[in-house]
Amino acid sequence: MKILSIETSCDETSVAIVEDGRKILTNRIYSQIDIHQKYGGVVPEIASRNHVTKLPYIIDEALAESRLSLAEMDAIAVTNGPGLVGALLIGLSTAKAMAYSLGKPLIGVHHIEGHIAANFLQFPELAPPFLTLVVSGGHSHLVLVEDYQTFKVLGRTIDDAAGEAFDKISRVLGLGYPGGPAIDAAAKNGNPDAIPFPRVMLDKTQYDFSFSGLKSAVLNYLNGKKMKNETVNPDDVAASFQLAVIEVLVNKTIACANSIGMKTICMAGGVSCNSLLREMMGQAATEAGMTLYYPDPILCTDNAAMIGSMAYYNYINGEISDLSLNGIPGLKIGTRQ
Amino acid sequence: MNTLTIDTSTIVASVAILNEEKLVGEMIINHQKKHSEKLMIAIDHLLSDGGLSINDIDVFGIVSGPGSFTGLRIGMATVKGFAQALNKPVVAVSTLESLAMNIPFADGLICPVLDAQRNQTYTGIFHFEDGHLVRDMADTVMEIDDLIASLRVKNETIYFLGDGLPRFAQVLQEAVPESLIVPNYLNMNRASSAGALVLERALKGETSHYREVEPFYIRPSYAEEHKK
Repeated sequence: MKILSIETSCDETSVAIVEDGRKILTNRIYSQIDIHQKYGGVVPEIASRNHVTKLPYIIDEALAESRLSLAEMDAIAVTNGPGLVGALLIGLSTAKAMAYSLGKPLIGVHHIEGHIAANFLQFPELAPPFLTLVVSGGHSHLVLVEDYQTFKVLGRTIDDAAGEAFDKISRVLGLGYPGGPAIDAAAKNGNPDAIPFPRVMLDKTQYDFSFSGLKSAVLNYLNGKKMKNETVNPDDVAASFQLAVIEVLVNKTIACANSIGMKTICMAGGVSCNSLLREMMGQAATEAGMTLYYPDPILCTDNAAMIGSMAYYNYINGEISDLSLNGIPGLKIGTRQ
Repeated sequence: MNTLTIDTSTIVASVAILNEEKLVGEMIINHQKKHSEKLMIAIDHLLSDGGLSINDIDVFGIVSGPGSFTGLRIGMATVKGFAQALNKPVVAVSTLESLAMNIPFADGLICPVLDAQRNQTYTGIFHFEDGHLVRDMADTVMEIDDLIASLRVKNETIYFLGDGLPRFAQVLQEAVPESLIVPNYLNMNRASSAGALVLERALKGETSHYREVEPFYIRPSYAEEHKK
């Protein structure tokens, strides 16, 4: 079964064709990062304007690359939330019109469930149940994937998403946008033990995250230095901040997996590209006797292939959408409308 | 030639099917902006009640702007999806010329006014000549006071219509003595008015490819406007 999938929830315009939920036939991604960089973050109106202009081109590219025609598609899938509502509506409107025109099923997909499914594309042997840490610019969740359609959120950020914290700290350090790769690179030249930023663990028996306190601590540190006219080494700040975030993510994930006796853990989302997270989670998983999966960076960032994978599992479980499918900015995991 | 025209540029969601013989059908929903939920359902109803399938549509029409940015994109992304899936051409018409088409026997100037927020209006000026719409001023965004100043010197009957009227009708009537406010039932966007222009242009071969056609925002995004 071949599914054409569309993802426009934030600032990537992406179109993929995925076969049977596991095989990528094409995965085209048009990133608008260059456009939003000068604003220091994603501007929703500009993202939407670019989606509506670019989407038809990206669809044509995907078809050309895969040497397939729209008539050969068995279904059309689209992210319908969570995300920027104006951006979601572009993919959604086009997907609905295409599915209707082709007489093929329309499948709405949850963006975070898509991130989780990215691992299915890379690892043929991977099957639920497993625990997933989903960390990106907009999300920080610990999700128990019980089967292909049953998701249980065991922990989530109570304030900023991890990626959001990276973006903010990167901005104040003058390292640019997006913050994830910028901090990761700067941290390689810095001393992670230079500044003892707090590790906000909240309740040890719960698996929620909080990054706003850490963000304030970094800002206070920088302001304090400025008041005293002392110089700051941005690489040291980046490295110390990054370690504080990653330690919390790793400790919470391992503790959560232990608490439910889960031996398989996955990572997904843009922040799972972070080199320190990959290294430390890898070590911690090995020590705990757990198997860790995370996809290549191209499948960690927003992409349509992951939507096509999840769409297949929605479809075979009878989860097909109707023409009133709407874009839901705050769509909850495990729901469709 | 069957044309299907979509207008989601304002609070009104409207769809119409026209061919050379007749207006096959039209839907106008002037209640809440829930275009994303309603649009495809409306299209599906209209086609099936009109005895047609989406494959019978030869040209897709779109009211491309000005108007609500999100509304414009819902319509545009839908039309692009149809045109790309079915490999059919697109005709884009302006929200303002489409409004002017609501009153084809008006014997004076027609001035559509859309509420553009910040005391501004998206506006243009048109008149009818031998049954054809003629444009007298390019679509633009301007302060309502500047529009009034330019209209005062016209010395002609001016018909006002559009969603800017609840806000601007009083000042326009006070400042422009020869003004007429178009009644409510002809005052809002209707896809048949746009569809008449779409059909006319399609018959002349004035169509666009789905990759070329774009929303006509007039205004840049707020972030671009305020970028130092």
